[in-house]
Amino acid sequence: MTTILTVNNITKVYTMREGSVNALNEVSFAITKGDFVSITGPSGSGKTTLLLALSGLIRPTAGSIIFEEKHLEKASDKELAEFRKNNVGFVMQNFSLIPYMTAIQNVMIPLGLSGKTMIEQRELSEAVLGLVGLEDRKNHFPRELSAGQQQRVAIARALINNPTLIFADEPTGNLDPLLSTEILEFLKKINKERNITIMMVTHSPQAAEYGNTRIHLRNGTMDTLHSKETKTLTE
Amino acid sequence: MNLFTIVWLELGQRKTQLVSGILAITLGIGVIVAIRSISVVSEKAVAVNLDNLGANILVLPQGANVDNYYAADIDAPTLPEEYVERIVTSDLTGVDNLSPKLTRRININGQKLVLTGILPKNELASKPIWQNSGLFGGDLKVACGPNPSNETLGYKDEKLQRKSIDSLGISDCLIGSNAAIRLKVKEGDKIIVEGTELKIGKVLGETGTIDDDRVFAHLHTVQNILGIQGQVSAIEIMGCCNAISDGLLSKLRNILPDTKITTIGQIVSTQIKTNKLMNQISLIILIIIVFVGGISIGNYMWANVNERKREIGILRMIGYPKSSIYFVLMLKAAIMGLAGGIIGYLAGVVIAWFLGPYIAGVNIPPIPGLLIWSIVISVFISLVGSVLPAWFAARFEPFTNMQEV
Repeated sequence: MTTILTVNNITKVYTMREGSVNALNEVSFAITKGDFVSITGPSGSGKTTLLLALSGLIRPTAGSIIFEEKHLEKASDKELAEFRKNNVGFVMQNFSLIPYMTAIQNVMIPLGLSGKTMIEQRELSEAVLGLVGLEDRKNHFPRELSAGQQQRVAIARALINNPTLIFADEPTGNLDPLLSTEILEFLKKINKERNITIMMVTHSPQAAEYGNTRIHLRNGTMDTLHSKETKTLTE
Repeated sequence: MNLFTIVWLELGQRKTQLVSGILAITLGIGVIVAIRSISVVSEKAVAVNLDNLGANILVLPQGANVDNYYAADIDAPTLPEEYVERIVTSDLTGVDNLSPKLTRRININGQKLVLTGILPKNELASKPIWQNSGLFGGDLKVACGPNPSNETLGYKDEKLQRKSIDSLGISDCLIGSNAAIRLKVKEGDKIIVEGTELKIGKVLGETGTIDDDRVFAHLHTVQNILGIQGQVSAIEIMGCCNAISDGLLSKLRNILPDTKITTIGQIVSTQIKTNKLMNQISLIILIIIVFVGGISIGNYMWANVNERKREIGILRMIGYPKSSIYFVLMLKAAIMGLAGGIIGYLAGVVIAWFLGPYIAGVNIPPIPGLLIWSIVISVFISLVGSVLPAWFAARFEPFTNMQEV
């Protein structure tokens, strides 16, 4: 079992006009390659802040985040962009698709900096859209797709660069229960079949059940780190 | 997918905004192209018209003045004809034409007239030593404007007081209308001037000037008649007004230090003022366009960047570095500038074509060189106006997509 992500005492303080807010307070844990981690907690508990920090979208105020021996908290903006481009896929609650691009064009976006030719990009994107069952919708714009289909396009985009990690922020937040199950099953499938580590923020206890590891946050502090295999690992 | 595709796809969106953004710069460029086209063409027209008026620089002997010259004083000082050669063989630019003249009052058959010796243009151009000089070497065209063509411009003016003559035989003369009446002669007749017989090649039309009482003959003939070989009263020069502004007079003074060089003020100042006015109008409009166009494009880019915060956030989240975001926005600005420049140029050509005859009284043909100029200005304005919005956009945090922080 390889540790892919190590988090040591990360703290994130947001400084605002009204004062400072401790969004994260000395959170520590380690994630193994192939884990499906559910991050739960009430609103304002710091779930998304944790996801942002782990994915290199923000830097922690203190502490360290180590991804494959690289300290993300010390990385430059350019290095973090590189880290996200090469290792990370994102699946967001609002799908984060660009409205004037077709499904296949949205999936091709991460390949824009890969140096691959347009033909190569198109072939790869068609294959990944096939994987999520949307090859016949590749030329449809997001507005022409259902919510579930849009989220599958987002998943295809997250997969296109063969990421090590997928960060999902409330991926089923905008979906009905049936579609939620479909998406969660799909995430579980790629987690198992491709050994991609998934870190998913969710409010839903049912969605959280898909994770083999659960991190529960409360007021920016880690409440529990629970693994189905090992039960409570740390507190 | 690449950065160009992203820009291209985005350009297809928000078409109304895009059109209004380009329109501002298009109108600006259109107006300036129109004004510039009209000013350039009318400047040339003015230059041709002024050329028809004659020389604008006089080289006089030291101690002489313009009054001596026009009065054709008997004792007026002279300068060596060799000075013509000095000018012609120098590397001066901006000298379109020059005409050495020797003028004296004479008495022919009891009539007091003015005898003017002129060196015809064809003789100047035919001197071997001058063949390869800057003035006559291969190109006799005007240095600062079009070659005035009498035919195309309908030039019928026969005033010769400050003009050169194309050809004149050694025993020929031209005679002013009043002189012809007073001497009772006509074309083809012969007159005796101080013992020398001259055949009247042409009786000039009435001009209302001293030319009406003048007899024009070949310079060397007049020098022989008057017994002042190798001397001239003055050298008249048609100088390009821009060259005069750029110091043509002082350059001439360096070549001919012991002469008095003067401009025919009214003509030169009219030329210079006309050109300056046109250039100033163009410059003022250019400055306005730079400000208005830059602000307009900048305003559009601000709005665009704010509307696209989410898209920019997506690109940043996926791994596009700040430099790529900056590049995407600046590329878009450049494309808008390019489009604005080309459409603006075409609009300007059409405006000039329609308004030219009314404003300047001349037809305004397209000036292809202005297309490059339009594109450069337009792209420059567009890029400058977009620098700040693009810089701020590149600094957008990539987590603008996240629902909760």
